[in-house]
Amino acid sequence: MTYSIIAEGLVKRFGDTVALAGVDLAVRTGSVLGLLGPNGAGKTTAVRILATLVRPDGGYAAVCGHDVVSHAHQVRQLTGLTGQYASVDNTLTGFENLTLIGRLTGQSRPAAKARARELLACFRLDDAGDRPVKTYSGGMRRRLDLAASLVNRPRVLYLDEPTTGLDPLSRNEMWDVVRGLTASGVTVLLTTQYLEEADLLADEIVVVDHGTVIATGTPEDLKARAGALTLSVRPALAADLPAVVGVVAGFTRSDPEVRATTVTIPVSGEDVMPAVVRQLEDAGVRMAELSLRGSTLDEVFLSLTGRRAEEPGTAELEGSAA
Amino acid sequence: MNPVRTVMDNTDSEYTEVAEVAAGAELAEYAGTLAPRVGLVEGVRQTFSLAWRTLVQIRHNPLELIDFSIQPVMFLVLFTYVFGGAIGGSPHAYLMFALPGIIVQNALFTTLNTATGLSTDLKEGFFDRLRSLPIARFAPLAGRILADIAKQAWAVAMLLGIGVILGFRFGAGAGRPLGALAALGLVLVCTLAISWALVLVSMLAANPEKVQIFGFVVLFPITFTSDAFVRTASMPGWLQAWAKANPVSILSDAMRGLLVSGPVGRPVAESLLYAAAFTLVFAPLAVRAFKRRA
Repeated sequence: MTYSIIAEGLVKRFGDTVALAGVDLAVRTGSVLGLLGPNGAGKTTAVRILATLVRPDGGYAAVCGHDVVSHAHQVRQLTGLTGQYASVDNTLTGFENLTLIGRLTGQSRPAAKARARELLACFRLDDAGDRPVKTYSGGMRRRLDLAASLVNRPRVLYLDEPTTGLDPLSRNEMWDVVRGLTASGVTVLLTTQYLEEADLLADEIVVVDHGTVIATGTPEDLKARAGALTLSVRPALAADLPAVVGVVAGFTRSDPEVRATTVTIPVSGEDVMPAVVRQLEDAGVRMAELSLRGSTLDEVFLSLTGRRAEEPGTAELEGSAA
Repeated sequence: MNPVRTVMDNTDSEYTEVAEVAAGAELAEYAGTLAPRVGLVEGVRQTFSLAWRTLVQIRHNPLELIDFSIQPVMFLVLFTYVFGGAIGGSPHAYLMFALPGIIVQNALFTTLNTATGLSTDLKEGFFDRLRSLPIARFAPLAGRILADIAKQAWAVAMLLGIGVILGFRFGAGAGRPLGALAALGLVLVCTLAISWALVLVSMLAANPEKVQIFGFVVLFPITFTSDAFVRTASMPGWLQAWAKANPVSILSDAMRGLLVSGPVGRPVAESLLYAAAFTLVFAPLAVRAFKRRA
């Protein structure tokens, strides 16, 4: 098994703030690693070190076998960076931005122009290619930013919160694009605060908090670790809610969570399901919905750190959709 | 989660397309073809590409053209016709005195553009993009400075052209075409040197607005406490002492000597000394701050 990115004990301080307190990472060639954590967890700092933009204060990192500090120039030839903020020139057109990067990375003028047109078409920006970037929508800008990081055909791609601030439609579009990239054998390091995003895109997830790794594993591993399953019950009549809470409380040590008229509890295995159904029937509760599902990463994060990873608004939305 | 799945299923063909574009077949042997470092020729070429980018910005933002073309001309016309009679006896006499000074003032203020432009690039993350590319570390900085020097040359040429239309006549002092060319060269060399200080400011300041404020608070008084616009004789003694030592005065004197009349050798030599001092002090500091700013 080969690894395209390896980091050992990365430390980075900014004044008194410790951004990274010894982070280990290993990303298999051709896989997607999701670096998951709340704001300020150190995700961006880790990416900036791996992209040679910041020197670590301690530890070691290499990309395709090249040390990011002593062989930064080699690393830069292999990597592409798409930052949290669209780092393209707003006053230039999309075409000019891509052409500029092509020229900077040694392509001839015709080659740079051809590559720019090719990428614009590929990211459905061909119509907007000759307009200044400042007229682009948020989603278009992110796509251009991603296109810009592909001009030089990188083997390793850093996506630093590629969908933060995007509307759901644009987010889905970005996910499509990332899926396509990984299909080509490009190794991707993706940072995100969206658990759903990491779950959907990543082969492996590293959860960071306060500059340290607090959990590593596949999305399934992580979900299995924190209670594995979530049982939710929604009674047909809201008046039955107290009765439902009373029944399910007997199956968990923690307090049942009530959102609107849905009651959820973490459970250890499927075998509780028949018992729950029987007891609810005995109590005379008619159920509108009864489900057993794998825990979401949000619930995993809650159990790992004692707090939710996402801002309450988003969590609320997800809760009502589930 | 179902809608997501549907969207992705519908665009399977698109994935493959993205994938092919991203990877390219020739990448298999990447390990063998990595360059150990950037060659100087490549670095210079990258500098020109980035200078091109700064100049293309003007095409998309015509306001900038006004900023560095119309503004100096406005200064020239206003100073000549509003203050000229009162300060210099007649607009024409004042024009002959002030045009070299206005060129210096404009050159100084233009260095502020270098700083705000760099600061904007830093703030908006464009510098991160550049720094993540395998390009010469000096190219982003040098590209910006090179483009601003081109703008400077344009502004000086325009000020001289409009000046001539308004009645300015080149003196015979240093020989006509040569004097003007030497003046242009001198002002470019000196603004390049001063740019380093402004680059340092842009690296230390948090945002372009702060750079702008710095420019106003520092550059403005330095420029006006000189003999760029008026003779120092009427200033109070303590101010005269400063004004005579002020590099803006020395450069203005040198420009006067080259463009109109008066001593040439001493002010030109002193201007170049100042330029050398500025470069020696600020260039290393600026480059260090530039490397650090991440």
